[in-house]
Amino acid sequence: MALTESDVTRIARLARLHLKETEVPALQTELNQVMGLIEQLQSIDTDGVEPLAHPLSAIGEVGLRLRDDVALPTNDQATRDHFMQNAPARESGVFLVPRVIE
Amino acid sequence: MSKFLKDFPTIRAFRVGLSERKFSVQEATTALLQEAKDHIGLNAFVDINDELSLAQARNADAQITQGENNLLLGTPIAHKDIFVTEGWRTTASSKILAGYVSPFEATVVKALRAAGTVSLGKLSCDEFAMGSGNEHAATGPVLNPWDHDVVPGGSSGGSAAAVAAGLVLGATGTDTGGSVRQPAALCGICGIKPTYGVASRFGMIAYASSLDQAGVLATSAEDLAVLVDTISGFDAHDATSIETCQGVANAQGRILAEYQRHAANFAGSKPLAGLRIGVPKEYFGEGLNSDVGAAIETALREFEALGAIRVDISLPNTAYSIPAYYVIAPAEASSNLARYDAVRYGHRTRDYTDLEDMTARSRSEGFGDEVRKRIMIGTYVLSHGYYDAYYLKAQRVRRLIAQGFQSAFADQCDVIMGPVNPTVAPAIGSVAKDATAEWLSDIYTLSVNLAGLPGMSIPCGFAPGHRGQPLPVGLQMIGNYFAEGRMLAIANAYQQVTHWHTRRPGGAA
Repeated sequence: MALTESDVTRIARLARLHLKETEVPALQTELNQVMGLIEQLQSIDTDGVEPLAHPLSAIGEVGLRLRDDVALPTNDQATRDHFMQNAPARESGVFLVPRVIE
Repeated sequence: MSKFLKDFPTIRAFRVGLSERKFSVQEATTALLQEAKDHIGLNAFVDINDELSLAQARNADAQITQGENNLLLGTPIAHKDIFVTEGWRTTASSKILAGYVSPFEATVVKALRAAGTVSLGKLSCDEFAMGSGNEHAATGPVLNPWDHDVVPGGSSGGSAAAVAAGLVLGATGTDTGGSVRQPAALCGICGIKPTYGVASRFGMIAYASSLDQAGVLATSAEDLAVLVDTISGFDAHDATSIETCQGVANAQGRILAEYQRHAANFAGSKPLAGLRIGVPKEYFGEGLNSDVGAAIETALREFEALGAIRVDISLPNTAYSIPAYYVIAPAEASSNLARYDAVRYGHRTRDYTDLEDMTARSRSEGFGDEVRKRIMIGTYVLSHGYYDAYYLKAQRVRRLIAQGFQSAFADQCDVIMGPVNPTVAPAIGSVAKDATAEWLSDIYTLSVNLAGLPGMSIPCGFAPGHRGQPLPVGLQMIGNYFAEGRMLAIANAYQQVTHWHTRRPGGAA
């Protein structure tokens, strides 16, 4: 099943990528080439095979580790500013974005 | 080949030079910073900061004066621009992170700094580590020191080029589908990715989290051993970091101790007597260049001369590692790269209408074509109605691939050997523009990441490039989980009787 131009536009929207209309046909071709490669997977019999997410669970039980449920120290303002230093727009410890609620 | 490291080509030789006061760390660092600038045409370094490097050098000199004798004190290294660093910029070779300076330091970077190494800066890579030739970098292609017309491999291309050119003795890299092993092979140096979860991913910019693993590149197996040991160990900041597994405690010192234990047993004229080397027939199929294949065969005979036994094996699902990888890696990438939202850090577009438009336009301006393609593939295979058919299916195939390795290691062989890449380094700009052409060369490396196994590459000869010029060939070694020390000792035994690893661009031994 080949991806249509409207599929490509929908995927771009989901991925939060802005496409120019002129870019869509070339991307459609590329994505269909990739999907053609990926389709090879359908020819393998995987009945009864469990999905492998963490590679080491191939040899043993791998559980998600949780840290102790204790409060960590709160950052002071200087630390907070340090961690926000790369923000494109910030003010008084908050990240600025375009107005969302009218 | 740079001048300074010609006389001190290994970590040990460099350390002996320091101990004998032939130079100080500051003198070496000053000389190497200059050489890095003299070789700026290679395009390997993306950020150099003399003051930061010299501060580390002064610190190392002071420790040496105080009688510290750590082997890595003063060792000149550099970091792939995927590791976040304090002071040096970190961009993942992407426009979306242009000018980004991390407020914290990656665990791997911290561990190497604590061991006394001196970082000379940051090294180019494919954007977000997605690529096999270092051509997908915002700062342009990196040149292979052996021949400036060919790629250094990728994605850790800057790391491999800097080590091969003798600008550093070691470099960090990351390996999601072969990105340490393949550039090491194409640049004629050594590289290792340890078992998944051995080195911390904290501060390593994420591409595909279930495959990503830090690694190191250097000029010999012995140097790899000390470097990879230094970056190994449990880290509570990485949820997938291994604490203990199958009775193996993941701590610094483990790999080096195993390396030394095995190396001590490898004595006499047949040091590898009884070692069973599995040679998968699928790694020698029609896609393999015949000259590359001949170099691999010569290396395998050398191992047999050392006493090893060659065992023909089969890894029947090897070909499916490509489609499985190119579902799983893009899926995880689309999720990981969702964080580049133009709000907390990274590029923000100038003109936009609302929040969603701001994010979408910023991402499109910031991401390169290869990254955009993989994000879209990942978004699609994870979208409603397709998750089972693609992502879960790929994870089932992934288990079959991992099981294939386990059955080989269970009763047929101790290590697996074969080529790293089907060809020597191709010419820059020569890879066909078909969307998947570049991916097909990953066939011998991807399954190692899917299974989470340790893998390495060592130089084993030369084969003709596109103009007939001799270019390096890499031999891949794949071990079972946590077998890094043993693999490095086996590689070291080979390097005791061969000299491919001492060959440098420009003819210097």
